[in-house]
Amino acid sequence: MTPEIGVFALALALGLALVQSILPMIGAARNNALWMGSAKATAIGQTVFIGLSFAALMRSFVVSDFTVRNVAENSHSLKPMLFKIAGTWGSHEGSLLLWVLILAAFGGGVAVFGRNIPDALKARTLAAQAWISVGFLSFLLLTSNPFERLYPPPIDGNDLNPLLQDVGLAMHPPLLYVGYVGFSIVFSFAVAALIEGRVDAAWARWVRPWTLAAWISLTAGIALGSWWAYYELGWGGWWFWDPVENVSFMPWLLGTALLHSAIVTEKRGAFKSWTILLAILTFSLSLLGTFIVRSGLLTSVHAFAVDPERGVYILALLGLSIGGSLTLYAWRAPEMESGGVFAPVSREAGLLINNLLLGVATATVLFGTLYPLFLEAITGDKISVGPPFFNASFVPIMLPLVFVMGFGPFLSWKRADLRGVLQRLWGLLLLSFAAAAIVWYLTTGGPLLAVLSLAMAFWLFLATLREWAGRIRLLEAPFAESVRRANGLPRASYGMTVAHLGLAIAMFGFIGSSAWKSEQVVFVSPGNEIGIAGFDVRFDGVERRQGPNYLADVGTLVVTRDGKPVTTLFPERRFYPVAESNTTESAIRSTLAGDLYASLAEPAADDAKPGAWTLRILYEPLVNFIWLGSAMLVLGGGLSLSDRRLRIGAPRRSTAAPANATPAE
Amino acid sequence: MKRLLVALPLLIVIVIGGFLLWGLNPERDPNAIPSVLISQPAPEFDLPPLEGIGVPGLARSDLTETGEPVVVNVFASWCVPCRAEHAELTRMVRDDGVRLMGINYKDKPKDALRWLNNLGNPYERIGTDLDGRAGIEWGISGVPETFIVDGSGTVLYRYVGPVVGDEAVEKLSTALAQVRANAGAGS
Repeated sequence: MTPEIGVFALALALGLALVQSILPMIGAARNNALWMGSAKATAIGQTVFIGLSFAALMRSFVVSDFTVRNVAENSHSLKPMLFKIAGTWGSHEGSLLLWVLILAAFGGGVAVFGRNIPDALKARTLAAQAWISVGFLSFLLLTSNPFERLYPPPIDGNDLNPLLQDVGLAMHPPLLYVGYVGFSIVFSFAVAALIEGRVDAAWARWVRPWTLAAWISLTAGIALGSWWAYYELGWGGWWFWDPVENVSFMPWLLGTALLHSAIVTEKRGAFKSWTILLAILTFSLSLLGTFIVRSGLLTSVHAFAVDPERGVYILALLGLSIGGSLTLYAWRAPEMESGGVFAPVSREAGLLINNLLLGVATATVLFGTLYPLFLEAITGDKISVGPPFFNASFVPIMLPLVFVMGFGPFLSWKRADLRGVLQRLWGLLLLSFAAAAIVWYLTTGGPLLAVLSLAMAFWLFLATLREWAGRIRLLEAPFAESVRRANGLPRASYGMTVAHLGLAIAMFGFIGSSAWKSEQVVFVSPGNEIGIAGFDVRFDGVERRQGPNYLADVGTLVVTRDGKPVTTLFPERRFYPVAESNTTESAIRSTLAGDLYASLAEPAADDAKPGAWTLRILYEPLVNFIWLGSAMLVLGGGLSLSDRRLRIGAPRRSTAAPANATPAE
Repeated sequence: MKRLLVALPLLIVIVIGGFLLWGLNPERDPNAIPSVLISQPAPEFDLPPLEGIGVPGLARSDLTETGEPVVVNVFASWCVPCRAEHAELTRMVRDDGVRLMGINYKDKPKDALRWLNNLGNPYERIGTDLDGRAGIEWGISGVPETFIVDGSGTVLYRYVGPVVGDEAVEKLSTALAQVRANAGAGS
């Protein structure tokens, strides 16, 4: 019975979405308050019904109802409860249901919390959001029904892929989706603004919290996914430039650009049509990601079951939403006057450079990701574009960005005093290069690009701290005065400081763990010793143990440094009998200075070397700075989101930006 | 000018969309790695024999000697999967009358000799490819790899990885039967 309720609730949600996609739009055109107001009820109703449907699917997973095909294929009665629940979004159908749930929830969120948004803009935004809803709900119901029954039901399920039985991974798709799909509401705001023909400072202020919320989740989702790859997959790396990673990274890059350009639109009334374009493109890239992951278009380690029919349907949806919005943009954008004149050296100019570099970086990643497809279509050759391309093209774009990032907050709006800023900062810049040079000397050399990146990371860190110190007049004014100023700074300002510091700290991690990583892959027999990065590692053999739903081969590694014991590592290789697959559980000694990382691969063939195993040992310096920095990015976003201005800042549309508001038509 | 500029994103998206639509062709398998050699003449090479094994070396001209299709197998004593496929290849030579040629890839002759003496030698001819030059000519991505070459010296089939297990044996046997049938029909 529960699955039928799930399907029925979905169908009702589709009905509501259809109403919501038409009625408020007409209401806004005719200035009919009742029709516009209907969007609130339908948006909330959609969220409730899709939520009900999602709960129905989750219940089927929790009680292991194997008459539902999706449950039979993706769960097992012996699986721990947490992973039964996580199984709800582990398959194509379930994750798509989560996708539309988040889509509806963002619409519902605007309906509930957007009290101060003008009725017409809100009605149009929710109608645009409903267009996307209609597309994806019909896709779900017509091609990917998650509640399809199975007869006869199997005695037990097929298990979830054991690789996916990890808490980090269970939480990563929902966060990633909140980020990905969250940009949909920003997209809808942009479409509504284009239809109204009116973008002003107040618009940017309404859009900003939603952009921030989506950006925070996307950041957390990507970081968690990367953390999972690092700890669970045992590949000894945290980013592989795999197409599926890239498609989540591109909306992040462009979303970051959007966050910054929206500031300019909010404060200065400039960059209007650019901000609108970014809002459309950011969500377009999220859609592209959804399409690539589900169509099997590119070779990747991550993939859902592939079905060409589904691919064509999503591509049609993409064509309608992206093509439609960009056509609207091409038609309406020229009418938007750009306000706010600024000098070549100013905060606006700094943010423009930020946007251009982030845009170029996104285009680079997009090109690298789709290049194999382009090449195959034109010449028939099959190639894959790997990390060397991305490292060689992406890093050089990021370095100038980080350089400008250090200066940006010191520049004032409209016209900045470059000489004054340089006078305050040249010492820090020198210090950064000196610090990088010292590291380079101490570590007996490293790639030039790494040393340069390191200098930029020091620079960003120091300049950001200096900016904060300058704001509270640390050491310039009495200490009590500084404390008073520090308490008085708006949270958005702290958000910026923490996020920029976070990026600097994450950069230390990126650089340390890629440029100064050491790795050994060796055949070991009990008693063998291996030396790596100053550690001595002794292999004491492998023992077989029984886990809850797997068998484990557990290796014992005794780690010493200069004869003193450091730790003992127990890397595992697990075999899951139900799924008939192996997973690697790496053992890691984690410190702030770096991770000593050991994973056990196949045993050697019996006749070749009895008792010998392939052991992979890595030392990744500073890798934990990545997670620390990512956490600071999320925290910074959260601080900014909680700023008083966005929470209650009743946008005074008439007084906030009368000079910059563009007249309708 | 401005009109053109704001339409640019749309144009780019249309072009990308065209490629994506092409990519959805159900016949297309993005994971398949085709061999550049398929339907091409086998590359030129001339390899000395493995001393002490008692079969001659292998050159390009030996492949077309009789006009019958031959199977060329790239192997090495250091390659563990080669050991696994060795029994299967031996069986095919014994039972199916396959003419098997070997390329001993980047191997120490002493090790290769001991390996073949232990396991038995199913190869009609063995060329020793000490520096891996012939391997490059054949475009191999690893060891073992197995090719079927028809009587005119054209490479018709490539199998990457060990020929072990029913599925792999089935694939190779089917391909060989097809090549033989075509040769029969042609002559």
